[in-house]
Amino acid sequence: MRYAETGYTLEVDLTRGNIEKVETDPRWTELLLGGQGIAAKILFDRVPPDADPFSPENLLIFSAGLLHGTPVPGANRTAVNTISPVTNLLAHSLMGGFFGPELKYAGYDRIVISGKAPKLVYLWINNDKVEIRDASHLSGKGVHETTQIIRKELNEPAAQVAAIGLAGENRVYTASIEHGFASAARGPGPVMGDKRLKAIAIRGTKDIYVAQPQKLFELCIGLREKMAESMDVGDWMAVDEDDSFHHDNFAWGNARTRRKDFWSEELQERWTRIKYDNMLRQKGCYNCSKKCINVISYKGRKFGYKCYGKDTYHMAAFKELDFTFEILPFAMEYGLDSYSTPQAIAFGIELYEAGILTDKDMPDFPEDIGERVFYLMEKIVRREGIGDILANGVHKAARQIGNGAEAYDHNTVKGFEQLPIKLGKLNPPYFLMIATGEKMAITQIEGSFPQDPLPTIEEREAFIKKWDVVVPDEKFKKWFMEWEKRNEISNEASCAITDWNEAMHFLDDSLGFCGFLSSFRGQFGGGVVYHINNMPEIVTLAAGLEMDKDKLWRTFQRIRNMVRALNVKRGLRRADEKPPEDHWAVRDHEFEQELLDDYYDFKGWTRDGIPTKETLDSLELGFVTEEFLKTGVLTGNEVTPSQENPAEKEKSGGR
Amino acid sequence: MGEKKIVKRIRVNLDRCNGCRACEMACSSFHARPKYSSINPARSRIRVVTDEINDEYVPIRATDYTKAGCDGRRVYTINGKDYSECSFCGSVCPTRNLFKEPDSGLPLKCDLCESDPPVDEPLCVQACSLDALTYEEVEEEVQDEVKLGGVEIGLKSLVDRYGIQELADAFARMSQKG
Repeated sequence: MRYAETGYTLEVDLTRGNIEKVETDPRWTELLLGGQGIAAKILFDRVPPDADPFSPENLLIFSAGLLHGTPVPGANRTAVNTISPVTNLLAHSLMGGFFGPELKYAGYDRIVISGKAPKLVYLWINNDKVEIRDASHLSGKGVHETTQIIRKELNEPAAQVAAIGLAGENRVYTASIEHGFASAARGPGPVMGDKRLKAIAIRGTKDIYVAQPQKLFELCIGLREKMAESMDVGDWMAVDEDDSFHHDNFAWGNARTRRKDFWSEELQERWTRIKYDNMLRQKGCYNCSKKCINVISYKGRKFGYKCYGKDTYHMAAFKELDFTFEILPFAMEYGLDSYSTPQAIAFGIELYEAGILTDKDMPDFPEDIGERVFYLMEKIVRREGIGDILANGVHKAARQIGNGAEAYDHNTVKGFEQLPIKLGKLNPPYFLMIATGEKMAITQIEGSFPQDPLPTIEEREAFIKKWDVVVPDEKFKKWFMEWEKRNEISNEASCAITDWNEAMHFLDDSLGFCGFLSSFRGQFGGGVVYHINNMPEIVTLAAGLEMDKDKLWRTFQRIRNMVRALNVKRGLRRADEKPPEDHWAVRDHEFEQELLDDYYDFKGWTRDGIPTKETLDSLELGFVTEEFLKTGVLTGNEVTPSQENPAEKEKSGGR
Repeated sequence: MGEKKIVKRIRVNLDRCNGCRACEMACSSFHARPKYSSINPARSRIRVVTDEINDEYVPIRATDYTKAGCDGRRVYTINGKDYSECSFCGSVCPTRNLFKEPDSGLPLKCDLCESDPPVDEPLCVQACSLDALTYEEVEEEVQDEVKLGGVEIGLKSLVDRYGIQELADAFARMSQKG
């Protein structure tokens, strides 16, 4: 019997209309857990290195995490993976809600979609009955409208639906896949549109089994209570109306302008009223007692948001919260990612102000910046005029426009829009995370170790008190206690901190946990519910896998290298690993490159950022070695930077 | 004449519900055999009737089986939100696909987690950390009535479907086979 997982993958070939239910090898569950870990392996195995993201060869994979559908609270985030047209690398995308658990109850751990439908279709999964259905009547429809129509025509009000809007249908690069008030961004939206797949609807009424039922259930009731009571998990922005952090510290417009004194008490009062006067409810995801999603009805239009998602549009437009409330319902129905879209729009506005784009490109461009944002959003989702170029995201659009536009693309890494943060002195772990991150957004990489030192010893002591059960190793406490200035921290610490931060995200995204309960949240408050010290027991009780801390850490390393291998196969190298030039005002190229060497060394990668044969083999990823030897990515003689030149390691060791 | 009895109740505060459906998870898990061995919200005797766009989240418990459906045409508007008649109804009826055992189609019924040894509170209430569901025991004067148990309710639905004679024949055949 398979525990926690169903043991089946649903394979859907949209070109031929073929649907198969395929039993999976439990060995891969043991090695890569599930979710994004296994999705990365499938993409590595099956998508040729030169396949265009918009080709039938590209796969679109919706994965439930290993723990979805079990009693484990807060295990509900669905991973959506594909090769992204934005980066030509792995698209890392997650959405909360109910989709993954419902997929499990329907009897599948993941859906692998290949090919391309001849016309717009949607997929209806009702346990073992799976149909590809015509969706021509849904063409151009908003995501919530689509959801409602599908539920009605199937007479299944409880079906869980994930859909794209007009943006996805038109292969806008910043399109998202929307599910309820959750959204899967960072790449899969345009691929779903390219496959002419409007939506997936699921209804599942099957059982999920767990290995040690009573023990797990009792543990979970305790965890739920702790989650509900604790302010150290969930989205604090759902309850704390002081959002000076983003508004005073992040850059407005096209990631340009910091407004250090923007926030005020008067503003906070006014915005709090706007929110609560129009808020219907604070909602949670499947089997989670937090209430992170604010559901708003503003001027008769309903929408939901969480966290920083409420800030991006008005910060791009130099407006206030009411502007976001005006635009978000439209952006959501179109299925637009609210992180990258406002940046592409602000980039377009800046180019117009700089004279690189003109009235010829933007006929009847309004005066008011808010109206300009609406104007460009409408052009982008329809790919009309200049919108057809801006729809390709900042990096590609800059190169298409040319004429100096490239210089205005100052906030992307590997071609992907980053959070608009511009700071003074370098933060070494952040240099590593932004440079080498393969989840593309810093929020998906940072999180266990705080961003900045705390000013007093007393504050540090109070913080690490909550950390006791959470830290993988005592050394993190020591480093945090000794950390005085942001930019002064040893390379050894920077590498280990980056590694720990990554570890929790990679485990979350394979087990299906929400980062607000673990990987993202530890940096704020320290007291997360899920961490490296209790995850092994949960995995054992639920999935029946023998697991301890060391083995789970090895599993993280394996998944991390699996993702790395996929991207290396698609051409990722050291040259791509650099934060935006202006992310920090003070830069030291030599130091940064030494740090990067140390990090590659720590990871067992070559100076070019490729996992060595030794690293891959020791993690039981021999099939990757084999392919890399065959294709010439590796010769088998590669070493890490310190093995290349042992004297150099000595030299940089003291920093 | 009625007599005084302790009546067990689950109070539902719709404003507190975050729609997470932990109650469904816990109910299906508790009623699995062996206990907690599987999870399947479709087997739950409590369901959160959900419509995100209308901001509707109503946890309802399976009550009585009925062979006749109703037209369900009444719409209630509460605080500006529309609720259908079905939103609040716990009946297991032919009109909708709710509270039916997924394998057999037989009706499910909430038993307030009566078990031996007894539990402090029904499991849905224990799982609801937000107190949208709370448990109370009140003393009330009640009319004596014969309550049908789970097996009788299941049988009754089979009688309605196949007729008592066919069911009796089936029983006879099955008992002979041992």
